[in-house]
Amino acid sequence: MFNVTRRQAFAASGGLLSTLILPQRFASAAVGNTLNIAYNVNLPSFDPDIGPSSVNPTIQAIYRSIFDQYVGQKPNLSFEPGLLTGWGWSDDKSKVWMDVRENVVWHDGSPFTPEDVVWSIQREGKPDGGNPVAFIWAGLDNFKIDGKRIIADVKQYDPVIFKWMAFLTGYVLPKAYYEKVGPQGFEKKPIGTGPYMVDAYEGNAYLRLKANPKYWGGKPPFETVVFKFVGDATSRVAEIESGSSDVTLEVPYEEFDRLKGKAGLKGVVTPISDIGMIFITNIEPMLDKNVRLAMCHAVDKQTIIKRLLRGYGVAIDTLLAPEYAGFDPSIKVPYDPALAAKLLAASGFSKEKPVKFTIQTTRGFKPKDYEMIQAIVGMWRNVGIDADIETYEIAKHFELRMSHKLAPAAFYNWGNAIGDPTTSTGFAMFSKSPHSAWHSDDLDAKIGPLWGEKDEKKRIQGWTDVDRYIAEQGYVLPLLQYAQPILYKSDLKVTPNVSGALQPTLVAKA
Amino acid sequence: MLFAVVANRVAMALLTLAGVAVVVFILLRVVPGDPISMMISPGATEADIAALKAHYGLDAPLLTQFWIWIAGVVTGDFGTSITLHRYVTEVLASRLPATLELAILALLVAVLLGGMIAIAGTLMRRTAGETVIDGLNSILLAVPDFIWALALVLLFAVAIPVLPLTGRIDPELAEDFATKFYLAESILTGRFAVAANIVSHMIMPTLALALPLAAVIVRLLKQSLKEAMVQDYVLLARIKGFRELRLVLQEALRNAVGPTLALTGVQFTFLIGGTVIVERIFSYPGIGNLAIDAVINRDFPLIQGLVLLFGLIFILINIGVDFAVATLNPRLRHS
Repeated sequence: MFNVTRRQAFAASGGLLSTLILPQRFASAAVGNTLNIAYNVNLPSFDPDIGPSSVNPTIQAIYRSIFDQYVGQKPNLSFEPGLLTGWGWSDDKSKVWMDVRENVVWHDGSPFTPEDVVWSIQREGKPDGGNPVAFIWAGLDNFKIDGKRIIADVKQYDPVIFKWMAFLTGYVLPKAYYEKVGPQGFEKKPIGTGPYMVDAYEGNAYLRLKANPKYWGGKPPFETVVFKFVGDATSRVAEIESGSSDVTLEVPYEEFDRLKGKAGLKGVVTPISDIGMIFITNIEPMLDKNVRLAMCHAVDKQTIIKRLLRGYGVAIDTLLAPEYAGFDPSIKVPYDPALAAKLLAASGFSKEKPVKFTIQTTRGFKPKDYEMIQAIVGMWRNVGIDADIETYEIAKHFELRMSHKLAPAAFYNWGNAIGDPTTSTGFAMFSKSPHSAWHSDDLDAKIGPLWGEKDEKKRIQGWTDVDRYIAEQGYVLPLLQYAQPILYKSDLKVTPNVSGALQPTLVAKA
Repeated sequence: MLFAVVANRVAMALLTLAGVAVVVFILLRVVPGDPISMMISPGATEADIAALKAHYGLDAPLLTQFWIWIAGVVTGDFGTSITLHRYVTEVLASRLPATLELAILALLVAVLLGGMIAIAGTLMRRTAGETVIDGLNSILLAVPDFIWALALVLLFAVAIPVLPLTGRIDPELAEDFATKFYLAESILTGRFAVAANIVSHMIMPTLALALPLAAVIVRLLKQSLKEAMVQDYVLLARIKGFRELRLVLQEALRNAVGPTLALTGVQFTFLIGGTVIVERIFSYPGIGNLAIDAVINRDFPLIQGLVLLFGLIFILINIGVDFAVATLNPRLRHS
């Protein structure tokens, strides 16, 4: 038997407490060979081609770390060789050709082959395979492999298919390995050809990656990368402020401004390919052109950005951000409350006898979404528009939009990381798209021919013309291009990505 | 007799779970938002949408969908998660241990902390010390778990950054576990450095969950103890010369603990419910955090599995509390 004195017990307690807490004191040390990223979303699944996470733009940074895409994309949205070193169309656009990169190996050491590419495209294009954009990939058929070149027939011409190869679900997976382990086995031990290999994973907690020493693009800058899945913005702020993480993103702008100048930290804000907009549905009172245009002219976007988003954001007048193909800065819908009041007066409305409708919005889904709509409703009230705000969950928005049951006005954000007008103006405004709100024959007549336009210059000019027409008719109310705040330790260098994907390969030691 | 009681409780539990299954299945289909509309691409046609629905088995009539699901549940197959691409049973089995370890630790902390404060308050009754304890306890009662969580984050992760903020364990230590009960396994296998790391990750979420429950325990147990302290048997013990602490611990506590135990059981179910928000704030990989993602993504099979699991946990807790109260109370035991 032994006796423990009160003093000894106290000392032992202190020792245990020190063991628990002291290691954390070193968390704010300089970045070593491990890069800790406090990431804003969880990674639900490792399959980048199937299911809801495959079309979640925020997760793409993780997928791009493990897998390679057919076509690569630079941080400024321009395209570069990926696992394909070359690609193109036959003169009559009835065939495509793709040259496959040589001397690439999968994470398990097996060679990457053209068969992997063909199998991946076929898998992604299966109508019942669970790929949400299967229709994109199903446009190619009858693949033939000749050495490193693949040739395929074009079943349905899609001018942006090569851009999609750098976009959602455009990843190459290992045919032999996947067929051997099956979908569940792949989830447990995924392999790709990307710069990092999966080392350990705990859903909703972290993903630990190890550098791929045989990566065709050269050795990655960090030996280990840890994505910590920190869904709560306050916790992400605490992660970077305490030094527990080296990089984080999507923190409130107020916190970004507070921390960017703090000793040991730096910050960068970049406009990204994600816009805020108000859908207008073709129901009363929106069938009145004067009402629609008055809505658009009455909104002071610059003030909203300055006051609510602390100046972080870019006002837009079409659904195309400045980085997109077809963007035309001459298309303007100026803030002009006097004109808005005049337009409303022409339709018999005034401040005393306002036009009334409901506007739907999310609350907290995007930065200051609800507050922005509150401000807009206030601006509308000044010219003779009385709008009721209805808040809903984003899931309800999707369902209402798909069934064409949105309110006359509905706030939403729209991402378009490949910067092609088809994936913003096209899908948002063409009535056949399940996600459009404004359905009218005049607009469909202008958009319809552009889907199959084979002359690229004419195609892009066509979309610019459509955007001008939409602005003149007030068929949608574009608001702003979002800016992504990134905070990082000052001994790092971060290259912002306009697509919004914070890839570890874009972070290096300063 | 005992067999009949147990059989009755099991039958009631199964009936309750069946009711929960029906309600959650119908609610999910009534509430706006479905997994297909969450993931469908803007360029998809009606045929593409129909193909996706078929892929996830959402194209069949509701009654057929329910029958397929419930027939699977009976055989232990809860379906495959739409977002995780893994069997729901497997996902739940891998996440439940984290929540159980957290909830049990929080319960222990709440009981110890609440018990000690209640006893201290009883010992200090009718003094300034009791007023201080009551005042502090009112604050504990008024502040919900998620506010505690945020306050702890600001205090121990930002102002004095001494505790890890997120996760269940430092990623570099997370390996070689045979089970998902990381804390229990690391202690049982003598890996105390790993156990210390796990505990350091659990301190803040545990406190956030434990403090409100501790406050409830303090209020009820202190009141019960005060009532017990004026009973004849306590007066008799006092006349015999027992010291105050012995009076409380040996005479009053045993008789006062019954109502507190019953209420703690009920409150424990609220504590488990509280893990949903607290796990999110601390990025703790349990079933609470999982539930938020499942709801956001409208992952029907996973939500259904989670609700049934929560239902089962609540039922088991209630049964456990009933038996514990009966064991401690001779009148209930004999009846």
